[in-house]
Amino acid sequence: MRESRLWFLFVLAGACMIVLLGAHLFVMHLETFMGYLGITIHEPLAYAEVMARAKSVSWLVIYMALLILALYHGLYGVRSVLLETINMKHHSTVTAVIVIVGLIAAVFGSYIVIQSYMMGGL
Amino acid sequence: MERKTIVFKIQRYAPNQDKEPYFKSYEVPVEQGMTILECLWYIKENLDSTISFRSSCRMGICGSCAMFIQGRPRLACETQTLELKSSTIEIKPLPNYDIIKDLVVDQRNLFRNHKKVKPYIISEKATSNPTKEYIQSVAQLEQYLQFNYCLKCGCCLAACPTMATDTNFLGPQALAQAFRYNTDSRDRAGNARFQIVDTFEGIWRCHMAGACSDACPKGVDPAMAIQLLKRHSIFGSRKEYSDYAGPLPKNRRPDIPDAPAPTVKGARTNGRGNGKGKKGRR
Amino acid sequence: MRYNNRLGAKGWVIGGNYSIERYLYILHRVSGLALIFYLMCHLILTSFRIAGAPTWEAAMAFVSGPFFKVGEFLVMCAGVYHAINGLRLIIIELGYCIGKPERQEYPYTPSIKKQRPLMYLLMLVVAALVAVSVVDFFIM
Ligand code: HEM
Ligand code: SF4
Ligand code: SF4
Ligand code: FES
Repeated sequence: MRESRLWFLFVLAGACMIVLLGAHLFVMHLETFMGYLGITIHEPLAYAEVMARAKSVSWLVIYMALLILALYHGLYGVRSVLLETINMKHHSTVTAVIVIVGLIAAVFGSYIVIQSYMMGGL
Repeated sequence: MERKTIVFKIQRYAPNQDKEPYFKSYEVPVEQGMTILECLWYIKENLDSTISFRSSCRMGICGSCAMFIQGRPRLACETQTLELKSSTIEIKPLPNYDIIKDLVVDQRNLFRNHKKVKPYIISEKATSNPTKEYIQSVAQLEQYLQFNYCLKCGCCLAACPTMATDTNFLGPQALAQAFRYNTDSRDRAGNARFQIVDTFEGIWRCHMAGACSDACPKGVDPAMAIQLLKRHSIFGSRKEYSDYAGPLPKNRRPDIPDAPAPTVKGARTNGRGNGKGKKGRR
Repeated sequence: MRYNNRLGAKGWVIGGNYSIERYLYILHRVSGLALIFYLMCHLILTSFRIAGAPTWEAAMAFVSGPFFKVGEFLVMCAGVYHAINGLRLIIIELGYCIGKPERQEYPYTPSIKKQRPLMYLLMLVVAALVAVSVVDFFIM
């Protein structure tokens, strides 16, 4: 595939993540600030809260999207850095390693997200 | 006239003699108006004849004298010594090239990459003996004119962070030339050039750090050319092509601008211009 | 014998006296690599949720304390900077806000100068968001 297609998907993932990652970071870390905005969040890391979010379909979709987008974007970025650092004649080795790491992480991550969705509300 | 003694710290390296480059200092009496290149000639003629550097036109046209002066790649012949406002001036060869000797670097990588992007007009018609000129409007000319001023001095490659590690990267100079020919209304080989630059060693190795445009002594702005290549590779370019001129029309087309104003007062005009011309058009 | 004068990875950080965008570039790279490293750790850590409440509480206890608190804050900063600067890069790498080819006159105004107002604006946004995070992490 032409490099431009891969790169465009990469920045598209980045653009989507501005919203998704923004939501994720604000909910998990800036609970006081969110309070001022009228959204009350209690103990985002308490087990009950974690599993309550896991049960909701909208968080399931957000987490799956974040997982896939962040892995594609982040690992494409790592590949860029590697291509500029290791001057291999055949870039395909770098690409292959990145794809394998990405697939393992994606399968593992989706298993966790879906499993906790099904356990949800415990 | 301002006069000052300035210490030049110059990086020296002789092949098969020195293991590592080292610095040597020279004191040069500098007068207002002296360029770095003139100071180097002063050193070579009066203080140390073994010092090596490249220069030819001494007027910012040939691109031979690029070197790393006070932490920036610059043309020695275009840099006023006193304008650097320092009593010691450090000169090194351009980074990201192999050093041949002292300030002389091996530019073969630059020229090889320049050739790779097919830096010439390609058109089915251009090969058959042309019998007429191409029509190219001023607007079409200005699409690429800026990039046409490239000297191949290589300052941009010395500034680029990607170039610091990546030996496969085509580099800002070559990519800017790919854009220059892609946007020329006479050229029809845009797709062939995209095959070369839309790759993992082409435009996507650029991260818009902008140092190339910062360093370019001719205002060529390679960073802009590269970002526009990226845009065209994704969204396509709406390019206008120009063709051979047809027979001259009896009446002048309204979109052809007037001839420029005569530079000599009272000079004869060819009857077409109104003597006013447009500002900035030469 | 030629002397290899490529700057190497340290040339990503310092190459000479260039304008600020060259430093934003290396900051973007470092924050991006930090984020993908964090994501991998994050995936493993949050996976303990499927092992039940006690395991989860133990994992959370492991990452509490000032060291991890500061680490979390740094990840927040990296995320904020990378996202906002990434937005700038998306805009300018697609050829917007960098001007159009024109006849250049000395002193030149290259693309990198033309995008500078956008850069300052977005860096103000980064500063504001980091300030909010400092308050939320350490003061409230
Ligand atoms: C939140 C929204 C995000 C946006 C808008 C964004 C945007 C970008 C952009 C535009 C680039 C390309 C820069 C260039 O051309 O050099 C980039 C590079 C990169 N990003 Fe992101 N990104 C985001 C989130 C993330 C996340 C969550 C990660 C980690 C998982 C990440 C990891 C990387 C890496 C490793 C690079 C490569 C750095 C380099 O080549 O110098 N980014 N990002
Ligand atoms: S683009 Fe500018 S800096 Fe680069 S080689 Fe051409 S004239 Fe020199
Ligand atoms: S804009 Fe691109 S080509 Fe120019 S110095 Fe920066 S990374 Fe290199
Ligand atoms: S000597 Fe020709 S550009 Fe400086």
